[in-house]
Amino acid sequence: MPAPSLPISRMIIAYLAWWTLWGALQTMLLMQWGFGFDTAMKDALVTQLIFAMAGYTINTSMHSYRPSGRNAIYVVGWSVALAAICVYLQRETLMRMIDYPEYLAFLGDSTVIRGAFGWLNIMLIAVLTWFWVYVKEKQESEDRRNEAIKLARETELSNLRQQLQPHFLFNSLNSISALTLSHPEEARKMIQQLSDFLRGTIRKDDKAFVTLDEELKHLQLYLDIERVRFGHRLNTQITCDESLRQLKLPALLLQPVVENAIKFGLYDTTGDITIQLVARSEGSILELEVTNPYDEATSSRTGTGFGLTAVQRRLDLLFNRGDLIKTSRQNNLFTTLLRIPQSA
Amino acid sequence: MTRVILIDDEPLARSILRTYLKNHADFSVVAECGDGFEGVKAIAQHKPDVIFLDIQMPKINGFELLELLESPPGVIFTTAFDEYAMQAFERHAIDYLLKPFSQERFDKAILKWKSQGTGVTRKTEELLASVSPPEERQRIVVKKGSNLVILPVHTVFYLEAFDDYIKVHTKEGFYLKKKTMAHYEKVLDPKQFVRVHRSYILNLQELTRIEPLTKDSHVALLKSGARIPLSESGFSILKAVLGI
Repeated sequence: MPAPSLPISRMIIAYLAWWTLWGALQTMLLMQWGFGFDTAMKDALVTQLIFAMAGYTINTSMHSYRPSGRNAIYVVGWSVALAAICVYLQRETLMRMIDYPEYLAFLGDSTVIRGAFGWLNIMLIAVLTWFWVYVKEKQESEDRRNEAIKLARETELSNLRQQLQPHFLFNSLNSISALTLSHPEEARKMIQQLSDFLRGTIRKDDKAFVTLDEELKHLQLYLDIERVRFGHRLNTQITCDESLRQLKLPALLLQPVVENAIKFGLYDTTGDITIQLVARSEGSILELEVTNPYDEATSSRTGTGFGLTAVQRRLDLLFNRGDLIKTSRQNNLFTTLLRIPQSA
Repeated sequence: MTRVILIDDEPLARSILRTYLKNHADFSVVAECGDGFEGVKAIAQHKPDVIFLDIQMPKINGFELLELLESPPGVIFTTAFDEYAMQAFERHAIDYLLKPFSQERFDKAILKWKSQGTGVTRKTEELLASVSPPEERQRIVVKKGSNLVILPVHTVFYLEAFDDYIKVHTKEGFYLKKKTMAHYEKVLDPKQFVRVHRSYILNLQELTRIEPLTKDSHVALLKSGARIPLSESGFSILKAVLGI
């Protein structure tokens, strides 16, 4: 369907040509009927000009409506009304421009046919517009979907790079190396956790959404490893009501946010830190709030905090809205709020 | 007896160093530190011969820690993966241990340190002069008495050359830092910090006005009231950056 990609100027020309054609036809018809060229042309010009404006009106008024059954009735009603208004305007204008009895009689007799012609044309424009809007929307949502798929794939790859983040991976291995001497049991356990975590990160199925329960289990593996690494310094507190655990969210979304909070918290302060994760549901939206301490006086981090850009982009594309991640700073606490709409 | 301090924010990483050091009876661990602040204090207190130093640590990183020392001891870097630091090490032929490392690799590093002695320290100084990990572009760590102060760069008014030091001017007055103008000119964001004179780098956010001083020299006025002379080339760079 080429229409949505046609440049505006060419569409305007095509539109005007369409009405000029009808104008020419009407002029010929009226001359055959017995009117002079002057009368015929004036009538055709006024008639088609008003119809053209009506067509434009219905076209623009439909851009803001999504095609749906309910709107169909509205469009039919609106087109009938427009046609009536057109005929009235044409009559009033023509009566003032051409003033002899034969023509006025003809004008009165042709009201119904003019109305019918106008209505059909307006409906034709409405249907075309409808179709155009429909195709355009479909194309847009297709584009969005494709980009979301592409991004999910990219995220998966960058997850490979980030979560198998060399720094994280090698430090974990170093911890295991230390544990093998002093606490072999714990070393074995940590190898297990690290393996499960890595497997979760590179899971092959590309189902885009998982339950909160699954995501929290994956997160727990990560937290367990980090706790071994940082010992007593790192505390985590997860608050999630059982009823929320079946809600859905994009896979591997939460872990980078928590990782960001941990890095931020651990490297910005020297004391013990507590990372809090609170899940709640607000209407049809799953809210996840991650809080970490930081030092207001010395923190050089600006903006939304590093590491969250990818998460933000992913949410933007998946849900087509830009207000799903918010960060705030207060009382030496940095809060990241994720909002995940739940489809009905 | 060689006196050693271990500086790493992960307890297990320190424990493995301790274990490996058991093979070297002539080394004794005098302190263990979990962050850079503690590290600076412990080094001042114990004056160790050698330190094992992690790069990524809370508050200040390993490089920033070294910069704060009057006379740095021998350093053996330990890092998991830090592309940036590793390039710097290679360039300056400094030995470093990549985590996780084996007892054999650890022993080799100890041997190398013993054989090179003070040569390593000199190399470390060269390294510090040239290196600036990404986080150093966001903040400047200075010493005030026995306290460490972290200055996010946006709080810095301007930098002024002062013999072998740099005066870092802020709301609280100035701090001294042993670095060069060329270093800061290189590492600070050129969109925010402009070298306007041989001895001055100023923070554009602080600039309020540029006034003529004589027929062909100018002076910059800062929000703090400070007046910074502009060299001829400094003035044209400033104009270019401001788009005037």
